[in-house]
This record gives sequence, C-alpha cells and structure tokens, in this order.
Amino acid sequence: MIPAPAFLSNPERFMAFSRWAAPMFGVIAVALALAGLWLGFTAPEDYQQGDTVRIMFIHVPAAWLSMFVYVCLAVASFLALVFRHALADAAAQAAAPLGAAFTFLALVTGALWGRPMWGAWWVWDARLTSVLVLFLVYLAYIALRASLDDEAKAARAGAILALVGAVNLPVVKFSVDWWNTLHQGASVFRKQGPAMTNEFLWPLLLMGLAFMAAFGSLWLVGIRAQVWRRRAEAAALRAARG
Amino acid sequence: MSRALALLSRETVLAWGRGGGPLVSLGFYAGVATLLPLATGPEPARLAAVAPGAAWVALALAALLSLDRLFERDFEDGALDLLTLSPLPLEIACAIKCLGQWLATGAPLALAAPVAAIALGAKPQLAPLIFACSLMGGLAFSFMGGIGASLSLGARRGGLLTAVIVLPLFVPPVIFGGGALDSFSGGLPWRAGFALLAAYAAAAVALGPLAMAAACRNALS
Repeated sequence: MIPAPAFLSNPERFMAFSRWAAPMFGVIAVALALAGLWLGFTAPEDYQQGDTVRIMFIHVPAAWLSMFVYVCLAVASFLALVFRHALADAAAQAAAPLGAAFTFLALVTGALWGRPMWGAWWVWDARLTSVLVLFLVYLAYIALRASLDDEAKAARAGAILALVGAVNLPVVKFSVDWWNTLHQGASVFRKQGPAMTNEFLWPLLLMGLAFMAAFGSLWLVGIRAQVWRRRAEAAALRAARG
Repeated sequence: MSRALALLSRETVLAWGRGGGPLVSLGFYAGVATLLPLATGPEPARLAAVAPGAAWVALALAALLSLDRLFERDFEDGALDLLTLSPLPLEIACAIKCLGQWLATGAPLALAAPVAAIALGAKPQLAPLIFACSLMGGLAFSFMGGIGASLSLGARRGGLLTAVIVLPLFVPPVIFGGGALDSFSGGLPWRAGFALLAAYAAAAVALGPLAMAAACRNALS
C-alpha cells in the first residue's frame, strides 16, 4: 500500500522523496508499457478471439488498478480520519480521480471488447455491475468533497464515506455475483496457476506493472499538487490578514 | 430509556405530521404503480413478470424521497446541536431518528407494497413475502440512507448528493430482496435471499449509526 507511511508522514521528507520518485516512477511506467505493448502486439492471435484479445492488455490492468486504488483510498482515508494527518488526506483526495479514471477505462475497454466477443456493448453481468458500482462510489466521493466548502469537514466526510464504501464493496461484489454472472472468473491469480500461455501472460504482467508505476507517479504528483495548493491557500490567508 | 422513547415519539410525530412522510411516500408509490402499466403496456403476462421487481424498485425510490428531511431540518434549526449535548449517545439518537423514519415511511409502504404488486398482477401467494421483504428492506434503506443524509449535511445541493451517495449502498438490498421475490414466484428456494436481506438490514442497523454519528459531529464541528 503506502510504502513506509511513518517515514513519509513528514511533509518535508515526503516532498523531498516525491520530487525524484514521481518522475522515476513515470520513466519506469513508460519503459514497462513500451515493453508490454511490444510483446502484446507481437504475440500470436488468440485461436478464438483473434486480434481482439489484445484489448486484454489494457482492460485487465485497468480493472486491477480500479480496485487497488480503492484500497489505497480507503487506507489513506483511515489514516486521515484516525490520525488527522493532512498528508494522508491529500493522498486520499488525489487517489479518487485516478481511481475513477482507471475504473472508467476498465468499463470502456470492457465495452469495446464485449461488442465483438459477446455481441453487446453492455450486459447486466455481475462483474460489470460491480465495477459500475465501484465507479459510482468514486463519483460519490468526488462529489461529496466538491460540494462541502470547509476543507476540514470535506476531508472527514469523505473519509467516512470511503470507509463505508470499503465495508460495503465486498458485499456489493458478492451480491451481484449471486445475482447474475457471465464474465469469466479470474484467470491469472488462481490456485492452479495462470490459465494462459506465457506469450500472453508476460505482456499482461508487464502492463500491470506499468499501470501500477503510472498510478504511483500520478498519485505522487497529485499529492504534491494538493500540498502546494494548501500552502498557497495558507499563504494567501496570511497575506490577507496582513 | 425515557429519553430514547421521547426522541422516538418526537421523530415519528414530526415525520407523520404536516401531511409529510407517509402520505408523500404512499402517493409517490401509488403514482409509480399507476404509471408502470401505462408505460409498459397492459398485457397481464408482461406486467405480472415485472410486478414484484417494480414494486421493489419503487420502494427503494420512495425511501430516497424522504431522506433529505432526516437530518437537514434538525441541522438547520439547531435541534441536532441539542441532541449532541444530551446524555443520550449520538449514535443511539441517530439510530432512533432512522427508526422513526422507518416507522413513518417504511412501515406504511410495506403495507402498500403487496397491494400494488397484486394490482399489477403478481400472484396473491407472494403477498406475505413482499410484505416481509419490504419491512426488512425498508429498515436497510432507512439506515443506509441515513448515512448518505448525514454525510451531505451542510453541502450545496444536499438532496442530489444524498442520492448519489446512497445509490451504491442500495444495491445489495435491492438485489437480495428482488432475488428472493423472483425465486419465490418461480418456485425456487427463496430463503437464502431473504436471509441475506435480513442480514444486510441487521448490519445496517448495527454499523450505520456509527457512521451517521461521526458524520453529524463532523458537520457540527
């Protein structure tokens, strides 16, 4: 989750760390994505799905990240709520739009993949519905923070909502599974080992790591932006008081 | 105990009074039940197929309708401040507010739901289960809705925000209840769905007040 939160909880140390860590993660993300895309486009066509199987290299990492980012959001919210740490709140605030973007990407690529494979852009299937609900939770979090004027109140209300969502999302996932299922089950992280050949597994894992690094980089940039914004607001207040 | 009862009677009276709570919700509910055949066409077979689900969705929407008055009114006139000062824990007070809300809108709707479903063509044998599901579901809707209502206190366009927050929280009860009704009318085992709905309502009653009290304290701070 958050690497060494105790070390990074000091804003000065965090700013010094993220100053070089953010571009470094970005470079790693680009390198991994280039390698992953190269392997992905040179992999042979799937015997059933043909070329469309390559959508997987975007779709699956985006879906992984949509959940991973929510875990980050929930942990940061917990830390912000319990320790009232401003940096943890900045982390939560910066994570939400990124999570929403990854979730949106997973939904869109899923629709593009569903049209040729299932013959429909959208089906009311368990996985799709639970990802849609996850997207709605992200939107609710962003809307809640945006509509409360007081920064401290918005932070705490958002943290409560993020934690309620963290308790609720497994139930949503389980309930929609029970309701209807068409989407295939997990095929990488299984007890029996991955259910695909190395030609597909390698680009998929590289793209997964690339997405992870891209998230790390963008997250750090987002937190830095929040810190600078708050400092600027504090400075403006001081200047206004004279 | 006497404090809790006094608060409960206050909440129920406020919700019932001024032609509020139950009449508005029942009117809305009757409206949905009347408009549905006009929109989908009156063929009995098609109506009967969607009747339990439509009755169930209308219940969730009717619960949404009265949520914005749950905390907003007390927040604006200062009653919520007094509640935080009282010896009664705020968690209990929030639970009682939701309970009052449920007594005023959820319980009357639970009585109306079987009537509406049968009028739309559901089998009469379904009536007891629709009643029980509506009672349980209403409890879950009230307590989960209370979380959304308390979080959006003091927000601009609070009503819309409440709906956005509450929508994902309403997904499991809608699925569980709708699934139980569907299985029952199809002659399949329905107990699992109903038990899950009851479990979700129980969890909402147990955990919801903690989130609501935290949100109220935050809004008042």
